[in-house]
Amino acid sequence: MGKYQNHHLTPGHNACAGCGQLSAVQAVMRALTADTILVNATGCLEVTTTAHPQSAWQLPWLHSLFENAAPVASGIKAALKKKKRPTKVVIQAGDGGTYDIGLGLISGMWERGDEILYICYDTESYSNTGIQASGSTPWGANTVTTPTGKNSSGAQQNKKDMMSIALAHGLSYVAQSTAAFPDDISNKVKKALATPGPSYIQILTPCVPGWKIKTDETIKAARLAVQSGLYPLLEYVGGQLSASSINNNFQAQPVDNYLLMQGRYRHLKPKEIAQIQNIADKNLQIYKI
Amino acid sequence: MSVNPAKKHRPLAPAGSALNNKTGAWRTHRPIVDPQLCVGCSLCAKLCPDSCILMKKNPAGKLKAEPDYDYCKGCGLCAAECPVKAIKMVKDY
Repeated sequence: MGKYQNHHLTPGHNACAGCGQLSAVQAVMRALTADTILVNATGCLEVTTTAHPQSAWQLPWLHSLFENAAPVASGIKAALKKKKRPTKVVIQAGDGGTYDIGLGLISGMWERGDEILYICYDTESYSNTGIQASGSTPWGANTVTTPTGKNSSGAQQNKKDMMSIALAHGLSYVAQSTAAFPDDISNKVKKALATPGPSYIQILTPCVPGWKIKTDETIKAARLAVQSGLYPLLEYVGGQLSASSINNNFQAQPVDNYLLMQGRYRHLKPKEIAQIQNIADKNLQIYKI
Repeated sequence: MSVNPAKKHRPLAPAGSALNNKTGAWRTHRPIVDPQLCVGCSLCAKLCPDSCILMKKNPAGKLKAEPDYDYCKGCGLCAAECPVKAIKMVKDY
């Protein structure tokens, strides 16, 4: 289609202006070849790119039920195996479809060891349906199901450690990145596809209405998440931490910069910010390379 | 796109047909690139959620950013992230 014929995902989709997820998706798409089949779980990415009768995709693309992306991809991979085709299969899902709704079926896919790349775009809430808390929502965040008030300061549960769940399945390649580092995302996708066996990549993608930030602040938020140590860039090859943004050159910034730019954390008192600072400080120990 | 009445199933959406959806109408602010300042690093083109900033060579062979106003939603990410501040957001109404 004219000047966009080489884009796997064309403009004209209905994502919010400044969407952090779509920014990360563009980085993923640049790393894929035309010989790829995409499977989508239900979520923002699915509804914004395929408003019937239009589609923004220029790769084979399939959507089934919310939880069903992993088994559908397994079926596609089985057919490709039978036909002896080298076509890659990539699943894209949000954190709701990954952390909560699809978790059991993802576990089954990893158990079977199908050579599929699973990408989770982590917006830390159900953005598509109006910012309900998911298993990925961090402690203290204000969502419509964890509202702040006299007796509550937002979500009271900690973020689920999906990276460890992926590693526990013995995946050969597990990585974490954020939307502020497009080249890092592209490199990790290429590496994951070159590694035999199943792989998992999790990308923090700030959400304009969900995080209550301005449309031009999504990349800044994703960068501050890395700089504060709350969401480091990580890479595990064969279960071993092989790359991390928390290296010898890393200078951690206070979490205040990251938290106070977002409306979903604006209610936090100094004592509560200190509690989140503890999480970042622990990360500096766990993910140090 | 037309529906064939002989085939009663829902027609498939053609690849890339979202290009008919000109999201530029959403815009309230327009990014203006200063070609004198643009160093052609492509960061804006990589970060644009709508992938509608295209890097084009000028007559001197240097890469310069060119937003496609048919699709630009005016979010301002390119202007906020440009390392040399070559992009300015101006009112578009």
